[in-house]
Amino acid sequence: MADIDNLNAIATQVRRDILRQTHACQSGHPGGSLGCADFLVALYFEIMKHDPAFQMKGEHEDMFFLSNGHISPVWYSVLARANYFPVAELSTFRRLNSRLQGHPATHEGLPGIRVASGSLGQGMSVAIGAALAKKMNGDDRLVYVLTGDGELQEGQVWEAAMFAPHHKVDNLIVTVDWNGQQIDGSNEDVLSLGDLEGKWKTFGWTVLHMDGNDISDIIRVMAEAKAQTGQGKPICILMKTEMGYGVDFMMGTHAWHGKAPNDEQLANALSQLEETKGDY
Amino acid sequence: MIDINSLSADQKKATRDGFGEGLQIVGQQNPDVIGLCADLIGSLKMQAFIKDSPERFIQVGIAEANMMGIAAGLALSGKIPYACTFANFATGRVYDQIRQSIAYSHKNVKICASHAGLTLGEDGATHQILEDLGMMKMLPGFTVINPCDAQQTKEAAIAIADHDGPVYLRFGRPSWPMFTPEGSFQIGKAIQFNEGSDVSIFATGHMMWYAIEASKALIKEGISVDLHNIHTIKPLDETAIIDSVSKTGCVVTAEEHQMNGGLGDSVAQVISQHCPAPLEYVAVNDSFGESGKPDQLLAKYGLSVDNIIASAKKALKRKG
Repeated sequence: MADIDNLNAIATQVRRDILRQTHACQSGHPGGSLGCADFLVALYFEIMKHDPAFQMKGEHEDMFFLSNGHISPVWYSVLARANYFPVAELSTFRRLNSRLQGHPATHEGLPGIRVASGSLGQGMSVAIGAALAKKMNGDDRLVYVLTGDGELQEGQVWEAAMFAPHHKVDNLIVTVDWNGQQIDGSNEDVLSLGDLEGKWKTFGWTVLHMDGNDISDIIRVMAEAKAQTGQGKPICILMKTEMGYGVDFMMGTHAWHGKAPNDEQLANALSQLEETKGDY
Repeated sequence: MIDINSLSADQKKATRDGFGEGLQIVGQQNPDVIGLCADLIGSLKMQAFIKDSPERFIQVGIAEANMMGIAAGLALSGKIPYACTFANFATGRVYDQIRQSIAYSHKNVKICASHAGLTLGEDGATHQILEDLGMMKMLPGFTVINPCDAQQTKEAAIAIADHDGPVYLRFGRPSWPMFTPEGSFQIGKAIQFNEGSDVSIFATGHMMWYAIEASKALIKEGISVDLHNIHTIKPLDETAIIDSVSKTGCVVTAEEHQMNGGLGDSVAQVISQHCPAPLEYVAVNDSFGESGKPDQLLAKYGLSVDNIIASAKKALKRKG
């Protein structure tokens, strides 16, 4: 049985880490990171079987790929809190000579990262390759990938979306961070995603819905998703989140997609989030 | 040393046929080799590999960006993916995917690209990529190989499996003379075809055969040619180039590629640092191709045997 209170406490700490990372370097993407904190905490602390003694090949463990690499602050925080590297290293985010690059990279050898991402639309394809390798190797663990919603405007996503059902890549769970926002405004204003559920379904995916800011719902839906793997179809979870979730003035707007808080804003934001696991 | 006078165009085979043979062999030798193709199995001569190892072949469909990503995912899982399509779609179309998911991420992917250059022929300029060597050699960590005949392509297709790192292997469509000695290919090692003291000729890909014919003619005229095949554009065999140019004092490069960014540029970088000397380029000069027969196109765009001969004489004259 999941300890929801503890997972929520970790997520609160992760939110503090996100704000402090982006504030310290005065850059980065806090909005989407805050929105996905609950999902990534649930994934790494409850759902996935994984080993912080990181091995690139990920044999006999679940693998996660972050396609919308700009929400690196949340991933770095979760990886650090899950013992992939010291939490103190979060203070190096986006600084010279850091392993915590602006967008996730393997180049500096940061444990937990298997491929660079940031240029959008590429993560699903890489995840499919890893999922196919697992099938070839008789490894029954799963491959997870998170993609943004604005990212779905990239054509490569739909190449991958067509491929996975055709090749019965049924050990793959794609989650779409459906916060409805992107840099220039709402998805609806920039380039409408239309009937998102219908699109995935007609491509041949099993589609589930999830509240990405409710850890109990995340655990419930991810369990359902897991139960539906191995049945010939890849799984897509449309995860509703709120950009900036957990910080009142960052919610309900796309303004905090790629903007760091100043000193005053940081203090205000941190006052809304209890230090549950110790700041780095 | 090879006797270039003994080399003839009697035996012909397309470099892509050599690739297909090499892929089959390396597939038998190495269970980690995975073939991927974007709807061009026949053109890339992959049938024998697929027949041997259907479980290790992935048909991606006409979706090259996805193919590069899948290849990266297979590679990080320990597989050795051979991602195969036409050179135009294997590079320019998917450059960002290669750059981020493969090159920057250090993935052991082999991009195998056929139908490069003008000799693709009738399909015309949309498919005749002449910029691929430049694009691929600029990516940090990439090895770039442009074999000159079917035998060399076969050996390269086998050798790249044992090379740990991303590789761009570029070959072509037409039936072409086959002349390289068996067992002569080694990644990064130029092959000397003739020893001489007047002019260095460095050729890559299909142009190597023309360089041999040009050298034969130049030698008949009493010009001593130091002829090398540079199949590996990166890493470049700098020692072979410096040794040769230090001796001859002038250079001709020949390639089926844009002058900008090709073998000639790489050679120019090396000699400008170590042994400055006049260099004449036999390459496409800032132009797209067009439909036509391979030999017609090579002639029209300045890539003929006569162009190499004239360039050698010009280089000699500039040397003074």
